[in-house]
Amino acid sequence: MAAIATTRLPDPTPQPARLSHLRQLEAESIHVLREVVAEFERPVMLYSIGKDSAVLVRLAQKAFAPAPLPFPLLHIDTTWKFRAMYEFRDAFVARGGFDLRVWQNQAGLAAGVNPFDHGSNQYTRVMKTEALLAALAAGGYDAAFGGARRDEERSRAKERIYSFRDRHGGWEPRRQRPELWNLYNGKLGPGETIRAFPLSNWTELDVWQYILVEQIPIVPLYFAAPRPVVERDGTLIMVDDDRLRLRPGEQVRTETVRFRTLGCYPLSGAIRSAATDVPAIIAETLATRHSERQGRLIDHDQDGSMEQKKREGYF
Amino acid sequence: MWAEAVPDAGDVDAFLRAHDAKDLLRLVVIGSVDDGKSTLIGRLLYDSGRVYDDQLAAAEKASARGSTRGHGSTAAIDLSLLTDGLRAEREQGITIDVAYRYFTTARRKFIVADTPGHVQYTRNMATGASTADVAVILVDARLGVLAQTRRHAYLAALLGLSHLVVCVNKMDLVGWDPARFEAIRAEITAHASALGIAHVHALPVSALHGDGVVRPGAGAPWYAGPTLLELLETVPVVVADGPALRLPVQLVVRPGLGYRGFAGQLAAGGLAVGDEIAVLPSGRRTRVAGIDVGSESRAAAAAPESVTVRLADEVDVARGDMLVRPDDLPTTTTRLDARLVWMAEAPLDPTRTYLLKHTTRATRVDVERLVAVIDPETLAETPAARLELNDLGRVVLRAHRPLFVDAYARCRATGAFILIDALSHDTVAAGMIDPPRADDAPEVERVTAVDRRARLGQAGAVVELGGGDAIGRAFALERALFEAGRIAIVVAAAHATAIAAAAVIAIVPRADLPDGATIDGAAVEGDLTRAVLIAAGKLDAGRADRR
Repeated sequence: MAAIATTRLPDPTPQPARLSHLRQLEAESIHVLREVVAEFERPVMLYSIGKDSAVLVRLAQKAFAPAPLPFPLLHIDTTWKFRAMYEFRDAFVARGGFDLRVWQNQAGLAAGVNPFDHGSNQYTRVMKTEALLAALAAGGYDAAFGGARRDEERSRAKERIYSFRDRHGGWEPRRQRPELWNLYNGKLGPGETIRAFPLSNWTELDVWQYILVEQIPIVPLYFAAPRPVVERDGTLIMVDDDRLRLRPGEQVRTETVRFRTLGCYPLSGAIRSAATDVPAIIAETLATRHSERQGRLIDHDQDGSMEQKKREGYF
Repeated sequence: MWAEAVPDAGDVDAFLRAHDAKDLLRLVVIGSVDDGKSTLIGRLLYDSGRVYDDQLAAAEKASARGSTRGHGSTAAIDLSLLTDGLRAEREQGITIDVAYRYFTTARRKFIVADTPGHVQYTRNMATGASTADVAVILVDARLGVLAQTRRHAYLAALLGLSHLVVCVNKMDLVGWDPARFEAIRAEITAHASALGIAHVHALPVSALHGDGVVRPGAGAPWYAGPTLLELLETVPVVVADGPALRLPVQLVVRPGLGYRGFAGQLAAGGLAVGDEIAVLPSGRRTRVAGIDVGSESRAAAAAPESVTVRLADEVDVARGDMLVRPDDLPTTTTRLDARLVWMAEAPLDPTRTYLLKHTTRATRVDVERLVAVIDPETLAETPAARLELNDLGRVVLRAHRPLFVDAYARCRATGAFILIDALSHDTVAAGMIDPPRADDAPEVERVTAVDRRARLGQAGAVVELGGGDAIGRAFALERALFEAGRIAIVVAAAHATAIAAAAVIAIVPRADLPDGATIDGAAVEGDLTRAVLIAAGKLDAGRADRR
């Protein structure tokens, strides 16, 4: 038999230096931020106080420097965020001189909608999805930046960078436009809007590496510290204030924990960790066997739940 | 599990430094469910440690709803479930769209565009390939190179990928037969080389068992080459000698205080402070006074960085302009010779005006000519009147404002464009600019349907009249239209379509048909003259109404 011709490993001669993966991601994200600002009338940036928002705001500052951000930040406030998040938000806005708009669903608050009595599904729909849609409509925003990443959850893997939403803010996966090269189609019909996701191609690890190299301040809850928690349905919930109703038999313990993602405190699971700085978090991220959204209770309330929430208008 | 040792706390710094210098590789994986594409990608993610326990659990839970391979076996996890994203897809066992996956090793971060490979998904393949450096296609070792394989290779070549990796999958099912592998390797290599793909790599694998993907294949002692992951980690991503500088301006940064910067992402080449540059379209020359990335000032920058450039002179620059080197200019043109991948349900309509986006510049375009439809299996080009969903075609477009272009083969970023439907706003085509072809560029510019329509101020139509007095009514209608300022002519049926295509109203008497009239095949009730005026006006029904 003739000798098999095989593919050989490429010649290891030095290649021209390429931009590192982080700088390539940064350049791509800045491009998206600028395209949206150039092509839309009234953009806004969703600000959730978390680490992805922190990275997104840093990228936006770079995109438009030395000018200030050419759009406001919008925080959809369920009133159930961690106290440390509100403190961080207010200091962050004061230091950065940002134009922050805060929106709360007043009807939902008046009706007393909360994560305990209404279940995470209905609570999220009223206090987050409906609040977001109302805030976007009230502001007349035609483009809303979000920090969502495609690696977070599997229905997000098909999300576009310009994600089209119908007149009701809904996402229809079969009606999304193909995205080729870096040529985004920003044409809208009446009432249509987009959500723009400049971090689409970033992973959790990329975000942490960028926070490290750029020295981006983040909420202290990401770092391990002794905190009061209860274990509920296999998840560690932090007792952030006296609104958390203890169930019979539940004991508040102090444990050294941190959070991989931050949301409403009754719905955000903590992890046991000793990581008190960003390098330690990165080491832990590499070693973990659990995805970042595992602690997000709202993702797991039904199969395909993220997909369903997005169709209804969730980010 | 993790493709490298997880660092201890003390090693984190060294680890981070290594990851700081990490490169980025974008690949597109093309194949159908039957080729084992989902399993191959699942294998890459799983064996490189990028699959978490709860994701695996979710996939297994979902498999109770519907798996392509049944369930109940715990020995072999159905890795294809890891990549089937949407509920409809899991239930139907299909993939309906491009999905993006991510994994990383110490050497590179990988972005995987996961695209379904059936014939009707050409548009998805084009989408996934448009941002990729490397194409990975799958061949079932039992079936060998199929028409579909040749189609995938053609798309990879069309989209300008210089590396094609052919995974000859399911080698276990042919007993790891080296002769089988070699036959497939030789055939696909010959085909891909003929397409102009510079580097073709063929690997024997079994994605289901993990052989040859991340771990070497146990069944192929005769194979001395790399595994798929080894190849992807080392394949060089070098930009061929492209243009010296292409910087499409996205927006002008002008916060006051005398600062005026032009922001954009370098599409090709690079620039340094002090360089002489030209601004298109004005052609004005000036020098680079400063390069800013955020608050940092830089001496130089190169593609693909996003920068803000300050210029030495007060030059008029706006979004859609381009900064270039005066000694290496793109072609400034309104005529585009291009290949299109048609992506919309509605076929290309050569009489319509589309929106075109090229770099940061948008314009309207007319279709001057549909030259040919390309068969992606045989590469044969045949003249055609239509370009439909998933068709590939060669066209000549005429832009309403000049564009600054390079051939796609020389520079992807300045050779690519998209077409947008002006009414539905859908993205209807992906375009790749070719150098103007001598045989496509006649000395005399042909008069097109668009030209005629513009000149005559009307669209063509075919009006058929039936009944015993059809001829008399035909000439009466011709007179009525003439008096209304329209050009119509009574002709035999054989010429009607050509006359209508030339924007003239063709009136065809058909005494052989029953009484009545049709316009473009549709029956007309009521005032025939008015109906014809509206049909021929098409875009100005209001004006016909007022007559």
